[in-house]
Amino acid sequence: MTSKQLAWLIRRHGVEMTHLSCGSHIGAIMSVADIMGVLYTDILKIDSQNPDWDGRDRFILSKGHASAAVYAAIAESGFIPVEELKTHYVNGSRLSGHVSHYLPGIDFSTGSLGHGLSVGAGRALAAKLDGKAYRTFVVLGDGECNEGSVWEAAEFANHYQLDNLTAIIDYNHMQSLDFCNNTLEIDMVRRWQGFGWNTIEVNGHDHDALRGALQHAGASGKPTVVIAHTVKGKGVSFMENDVLWHYRFPHDGWEYNCAVNELHAAMPDGVTDPYTPNGCPADVPEPDGLRHTVSETYHPTYYHREVEEK
Amino acid sequence: MRNTVVNTLIDLGKKDRNITLITGDLGFGVLKPYWEALPDQFINAGIAEQNMTGVAAGMAVEGKKVFTYSIGNFPTLRCLEQIRNDCAYHDANVNVICVGGGYVYGALGMSHHATEDIAALRSLPGVSVICPGDAIEAGLAVRTIAETKGTTYLRLGRGGEKHINTGLKEFVIGKAYKLREADKTKKSAAVFSTGSILEEVSAACDKLEEQGYAVEQYSFPTVKPIDRAVIADCAARFKHIFAVEEHNIIGGLGGAVAEVMAELGTGAKLHRVGINDSYCATVGTQQYLREQIGISASAIAEKVRHAIENE
Repeated sequence: MTSKQLAWLIRRHGVEMTHLSCGSHIGAIMSVADIMGVLYTDILKIDSQNPDWDGRDRFILSKGHASAAVYAAIAESGFIPVEELKTHYVNGSRLSGHVSHYLPGIDFSTGSLGHGLSVGAGRALAAKLDGKAYRTFVVLGDGECNEGSVWEAAEFANHYQLDNLTAIIDYNHMQSLDFCNNTLEIDMVRRWQGFGWNTIEVNGHDHDALRGALQHAGASGKPTVVIAHTVKGKGVSFMENDVLWHYRFPHDGWEYNCAVNELHAAMPDGVTDPYTPNGCPADVPEPDGLRHTVSETYHPTYYHREVEEK
Repeated sequence: MRNTVVNTLIDLGKKDRNITLITGDLGFGVLKPYWEALPDQFINAGIAEQNMTGVAAGMAVEGKKVFTYSIGNFPTLRCLEQIRNDCAYHDANVNVICVGGGYVYGALGMSHHATEDIAALRSLPGVSVICPGDAIEAGLAVRTIAETKGTTYLRLGRGGEKHINTGLKEFVIGKAYKLREADKTKKSAAVFSTGSILEEVSAACDKLEEQGYAVEQYSFPTVKPIDRAVIADCAARFKHIFAVEEHNIIGGLGGAVAEVMAELGTGAKLHRVGINDSYCATVGTQQYLREQIGISASAIAEKVRHAIENE
């Protein structure tokens, strides 16, 4: 499978999984999809027949709320049945809303932000001490970088010269309630540079750029951070760059139909949509529905009202 | 107690290169022998306990037997979520060492009084809570927990504690140890304690025996899992059971014993002796603060005597 095909399938699974579960975080799933597609096809050394293979590269999705993206990636990579993805959030399911290591192919559970990079640093340091060749990759959110523990880990990884550790920032410039810079102004690139990391900026939807950065990450003696500029909700026009879609899920009707049809319009060759192979009935967004702006819809109880409506 | 633990770790580390000690930039002097003996198995993570604990989890899931080290509340409350999510949930062999349980750093003020840690750690599934009463229990406990999968909290005193549990040969997690038998012909009570308050409790028991009372004394170095069998046995034979700790009376040893006794329904009365759900705004030595809150040897003895005489 190519990275483009996998990224597309992650997006399609993400739309279906959040639609079925009324679950949140489709915006984050869509923004990280290309990063995950490249990692799981061209970068990570993993073996679905031997998930605990000691020589495998370690991967931690520290922004655990985008769990659907990693579940879709391991399903399409043969670690779990694709059919199981539909159980995300369902009673009795092992596909928790945030990443669970009780699944083959998942190295670490996450969900509380700011934990993954420390754990990744520990794994990278253990590899160095034991002379093992595996690399450790940690994907973080930009909002996650509000957490002080991220910077504790950044200092640590730099001090211990963990050049076998690569962090990837899904820099979609938005967090839970607002744009990152409206929340706590950050200078993402200078910050990582200031912590001594080998810092690479790429377009996080450009697979060749991601591949190049991730393959060659590993400047001697320094941990590498790939700051991947992404678009929250990437791939569905009405979700893009709208903070509403951090929490909203694609509802029945035009939201689901239009999302699926937009994905179909950009479907790479050689991919089959497992849910709606021929797309959805042609539909158009309701004009009112498109007024999903922060100022017009923000309300503390918004999320709960949406779920109850369903 | 501190030095015994460090020397035991040096001994273990020399035989097993997976033994790893990570400190949060504390242990000046104390950790130096380990640092010098095993520099490749020693990490100073700096003053950053959340990262220290996350790193420990990452190393442990790769096969290391990790000990994190700091004082007071820093290795526990400061990074409680990392202990919960990263260590305990992943069944990682991380052993959190706290030096200074209770009022060891009494003069340093409330920030340095570790007096709710047992309760917080005891509520985490998969975490064993061990508070050795003396250096003998502490040294043997380290040997056991290094080889035990899963996350453990090891709460130490300071140093110079009297050796009391001298008969101990092997530390078993979850077991309470009988330190003296009660003379059945005399008025009696059972007295339990956890942690380094053990020396005060033993002195209290000596006093009570001098006064003509009988005491069956147990050290509970493990608060979780609690030794239900010893509690059930004592609750069936004694009218009064005392649970003494240098910790809030809520959620620690007294809380654990209360839970078991309430379920047993034997009718024995439990007396929790510890800190009465308050912070300590005045400062002083550990001994001074123990006297102030009523967990000195004489205060413990008086509480037991009073209960026995007024039953």
